Amino acid sequence: MALRVFLWARSLARWCKGTRAMAKGKLSGAEIVLKVLEEEKTEILFGYPGGAVLPLYDALFQQKAIRHILVRQEGGAIHAAEGYARSSNRVGVVLVTSGPGATNVVTGLTDALMDSVPIVCLTGQVPTHLIGNDAFQEADTTGITRPCTKHNYLVKDVDDLARVMRDAFYVARTGRPGPVVVDLPKDVLQAMARYTPPPAKSGAHLSYRPRMRADADAINRAVELIAGAKRPIFYSGGGVINSGPKASKLLAKFVGKTGYPITSTLMGLGAYPSRNKQFLGMLGMHGTFEANLSMYNCDVMVAVGARFDDRVTGKLSEFAPKAKKIHIDIDPSSINKNVMVEVPVIGDCATVLGQLIKRWGEVKAKPDAKALNKWWAQIAKWRARKCLSYEMNDDVIKPQYALERLQALTRGMDVYFSTEVGQHQMWAAQFLQFDKPNRWLTSGGLGTMGYGLPAAIGAQVAHPKSLVIDVAGEASLLMNMQEFSTAAQYRLPVKVFILNNQYMGMVRQWQELLYGGRYAESYMASLPDFVKLAETFHGTGLIAKKPSEVDDVIKEMIRTDDMVIADIRIDPLENCFPMIPSGAAHCDMLLGPADKAATPVSEEGMVLV
Amino acid sequence: MCRVREAAPRGKDDQVSEDGIERHIIAVLVENEAGVLARVVGLFSGRGYNIECLNVAEIDPEAGQSRITVVTSGTPQIIEQIKAQLTRLVPVHKVSDLTQEGPHVGRELALIKVRGRGEKRVESLRIADIFRAGVVDSTSRSFVFEITGAPEKIDAFIQLMAPLGLVDVSRTGVVAIARGEKPI
Repeated sequence: MALRVFLWARSLARWCKGTRAMAKGKLSGAEIVLKVLEEEKTEILFGYPGGAVLPLYDALFQQKAIRHILVRQEGGAIHAAEGYARSSNRVGVVLVTSGPGATNVVTGLTDALMDSVPIVCLTGQVPTHLIGNDAFQEADTTGITRPCTKHNYLVKDVDDLARVMRDAFYVARTGRPGPVVVDLPKDVLQAMARYTPPPAKSGAHLSYRPRMRADADAINRAVELIAGAKRPIFYSGGGVINSGPKASKLLAKFVGKTGYPITSTLMGLGAYPSRNKQFLGMLGMHGTFEANLSMYNCDVMVAVGARFDDRVTGKLSEFAPKAKKIHIDIDPSSINKNVMVEVPVIGDCATVLGQLIKRWGEVKAKPDAKALNKWWAQIAKWRARKCLSYEMNDDVIKPQYALERLQALTRGMDVYFSTEVGQHQMWAAQFLQFDKPNRWLTSGGLGTMGYGLPAAIGAQVAHPKSLVIDVAGEASLLMNMQEFSTAAQYRLPVKVFILNNQYMGMVRQWQELLYGGRYAESYMASLPDFVKLAETFHGTGLIAKKPSEVDDVIKEMIRTDDMVIADIRIDPLENCFPMIPSGAAHCDMLLGPADKAATPVSEEGMVLV
Repeated sequence: MCRVREAAPRGKDDQVSEDGIERHIIAVLVENEAGVLARVVGLFSGRGYNIECLNVAEIDPEAGQSRITVVTSGTPQIIEQIKAQLTRLVPVHKVSDLTQEGPHVGRELALIKVRGRGEKRVESLRIADIFRAGVVDSTSRSFVFEITGAPEKIDAFIQLMAPLGLVDVSRTGVVAIARGEKPI
């Protein structure tokens, strides 16, 4: 009885304390975090609980506004958030615990930094008084993530919490987007503080104010150069997609007005409709013959939200040697980093494209029709080489064929594609077509194997009714296949389309072309039975071994309402062409197997990745 | 060690070597928050830029701002990159390339310990007087001199002290400011 009274009195005391706190308008740190997430209109958290973030999970449990998706490893959470963010143009939010939780997201943070994906990643931390003591599950999260985030914070005082959280969202989505880590010690999450809603009109950030609008002078010079071009080309990148759907519309409008050809980087696919005649396909190491030769021979290049990555430029000294270059980028550090340009235009892609279109109208710019016709005639000759052609046969499925069929059978559907990294990724970039931005989710800058499945999960969460397909390689898929369990738990009907060649295909291709066919550790024996794997994760497994079976498998995959793994057994020795060997110029492409020995890779080329 | 010559009109003060490597003094105004120095230093090491010397101190406690002075070297393209990358850091308010922007004053402070007796001791004091270095600590066997000036002047002083019993040197690295009325 005495015990009962004691317990009753204790709970009464707690209740009083609770109401007192509420009466004073105080919330716990954990509740403040959730309040700011609500302010930022966060609907989804991708996460995994642990000791240091238990206060946050407890607060999450007691609310309904935010939905939590429980992944199976933190690395899956951050790629899922990337897929969510890239497919919806929103900030992806991740919640993981201290120590191993935080270190497991490091790859994803780096991936998001390289591909400019807006992410806010909340990491738990040991209580402030234990920081630096090598406590259980302690890691120096801000130290570890400093070089792989756009910015990071360690919150030591609950009174700073709301401001820091708002700051984190602002930094993640403003300017060139990127990942931001907020490290939250457990005692800060438990401490009480007054919560004040954000000011109605929030002032400018103290120090971070990226420039959106370009100098009029730069715009004028750019328009003059574009209008006077004889062999022009647009080269667009992921920045156009990051700038929002408006940027893609304006890009199409401006390219349409000029009548010039356009190529795209891997990350930029979808910004310009790939079915349009003016589109030359992707450029770069596995880009099309016409795109790369147009880049090599152009006299004016307009780079829009692209960063002259080494996969795009090839040998720098022979990159577009005759071209005057205009570079539109929101990040001044992208300008003149790899390639010196004549006209830097610093600003947001959508804003700058709007300015260019306006100026184009004002000066009544007229391209040189005669020169342009000649240029298009030349491009038509390059196109006629049909660089993406491949040899079909009835016995073995060619990966290109599988993707052509996948493209044909999903045409017109509301579909999102993610990929893993390797040969299949390049084939997907070559053979899939995109009419809209945000439909193509791939790890470009970092090249993270294992990205595709969690990214597809994230995209499916953002677009529950759409068709989401992860074009995968079997090796990449095995890196994060624990996330099938996540897909099953939330009944996410993601489709995994494996181009299964039983090799790490791109590694094998390089070993064939550059290392005398010594296939060191690129063959994977003992692969799982993917049909049974699908079943064990409560999904459907399909398999195609012959070209004649491909269509049925794809149709069945699309028709199935739950998660599907389609195991497409492709030619194990197929190589991805065209290919610019590393260290070579755009004009030194290998178009097919016959080209192999023509140009041995230079010594400088061999050290490049 | 810093080797930045006495401030002079632009173009004269900073050596340009034959391979196009230039030396620049860059002033960075930053939010005085935890980890900001690590961000700047990490940027230099992570991207393979050169730090010849660097110092930092809070300059405005009320506004919570610190100023970092960094002396770096590289090709003009690299110097441009360094400035762009610094500007990109979230807590950075302003980046100013003093070398490029015009005449500026660069100064360094050093504390120099010399141990010895007899004639050498007297000689060190005599030279210190010529260099306008002050004695800030003294025992019967040693002096600590304080000297400020351009790095070359300090280099010269240290060289002269070497045979006279030089045992310890502590230098601040260059702090610099633009000449004229305009702030950073």
